[in-house]
Amino acid sequence: MHRYANPLRFQRLADAAFPYILTLAVVLTVVGLWGGLVMAPPDYQQGDAFRIMYVHVPTAWLALFVYLTLAIAAVSSIVWRHPLAEIYGRAAAPAGAVFCFLALVTGAIWGKPMWGTWWVWDARLTSMLILFFLYLGYSALYDAFDDPARGAKAAAIVALVGSVNLPIIKFSVDWWNTLHQPASVFRLDGPTIHYSMLWPLLVMAVAMKLYFLAVVILRTRAALTERKITNLRLTAETAGE
Amino acid sequence: MRAALALLGHELRLAFRAGGEMAQGLIFFLLALSLFPLGVGPGPVILERIGVGLIWVLALFSVTLTLERLYAADARDGTLDLLGVSGLAFEWVALIKALAHWLTSGLVLVAFSPLVVLLLGLPSEAFLAVPVVLLIGTPTLTLIGGIGAALLVHSRRGGLLLALIVLPLQIPVLIFGVSAIEGWVSGLGASGQLMILGAFLLGTAALAPFATAAALRLALE
Repeated sequence: MHRYANPLRFQRLADAAFPYILTLAVVLTVVGLWGGLVMAPPDYQQGDAFRIMYVHVPTAWLALFVYLTLAIAAVSSIVWRHPLAEIYGRAAAPAGAVFCFLALVTGAIWGKPMWGTWWVWDARLTSMLILFFLYLGYSALYDAFDDPARGAKAAAIVALVGSVNLPIIKFSVDWWNTLHQPASVFRLDGPTIHYSMLWPLLVMAVAMKLYFLAVVILRTRAALTERKITNLRLTAETAGE
Repeated sequence: MRAALALLGHELRLAFRAGGEMAQGLIFFLLALSLFPLGVGPGPVILERIGVGLIWVLALFSVTLTLERLYAADARDGTLDLLGVSGLAFEWVALIKALAHWLTSGLVLVAFSPLVVLLLGLPSEAFLAVPVVLLIGTPTLTLIGGIGAALLVHSRRGGLLLALIVLPLQIPVLIFGVSAIEGWVSGLGASGQLMILGAFLLGTAALAPFATAAALRLALE
């Protein structure tokens, strides 16, 4: 891991991999969407409405996955002072928030025909909404300081605290939900899913992960460049004096 | 140990001498509470139904809002630098500051909560249930909130950002706090919820000071 602590080395690797990742993401998205929207048979209960799953489920998975990576990055930035881990947080958090938001919105669009309402205070929806707020808090804290390095470290601490707390929140919300709404809520994980419906979902999941990777590489490169420009400006100013 | 007691005494003296500070959380709590009958109507049925939830939500708000200056004020006047060289580990500082803050905010809410039960017209069991559950739950709020307060020491933004960071983390306390009171009042029993709240308290007392201390060291860098 420390091999890639050097931003230059990372940049060379990222530059080389970026076109492949992006191409693969686009190709897999096309395949997955075609499989999900055209090939897969309509659901016997939900008709065609279930097809939003091919966006909804991968985004929800990613929203959780990205928070996990934030926590791992937080550990490596606190323990090893890994410089890229700090930049990673700033690069990945908005993407995670957007995935979380998309999962919520597609869930609401899915919920309208299925449950007859845009929103129910179901355990999953509520946990997802809380996760969204955790993302917002992380990003807001990152940007709340004049000194970006301070913001990065503060955000790392809050990501770590959040990752310890997240399972407890999840457990509490599940418990709260079963207490207040006995099994009246439509269950998303009903019967096991048929292969013809499953494979496009998995392809979409991989496609979105690759897309996320591409976004992170782009944003990390931008952050590194920005840092370089700031440093150059500073040296130019001190040289001018 | 002597340093720890000295710090606790210092914090409490400060809170008592600047008397307004201590009452602020309570006044906010009562003011916000009195807005609800104005908003949802004075009917006792609604107030009794939402009363317990209201007490806990407002407790979250009032504890979080009073935490804002817990460390920022110390950083500004140099107290934090002195604490840094005092030999007292920041983990202890975090724990003691949280204790002092709770004694002057959470405990005040506990003491006045029977009055709130009266105002909301909750059943008579609540006169005991609400203070006891608040007593176990509110220290956890302070301990979690302390992390946020320490993180925001040198930030450009204050209260609302603190709320955004801290409130999601306090949700478990809200859920089990409300459920404990409702279980107690309805006669279903609350021992399970009380034990979970106790577990939250012990867990955060053991872990939160480390996060707070990390944030304080960052603030001194």
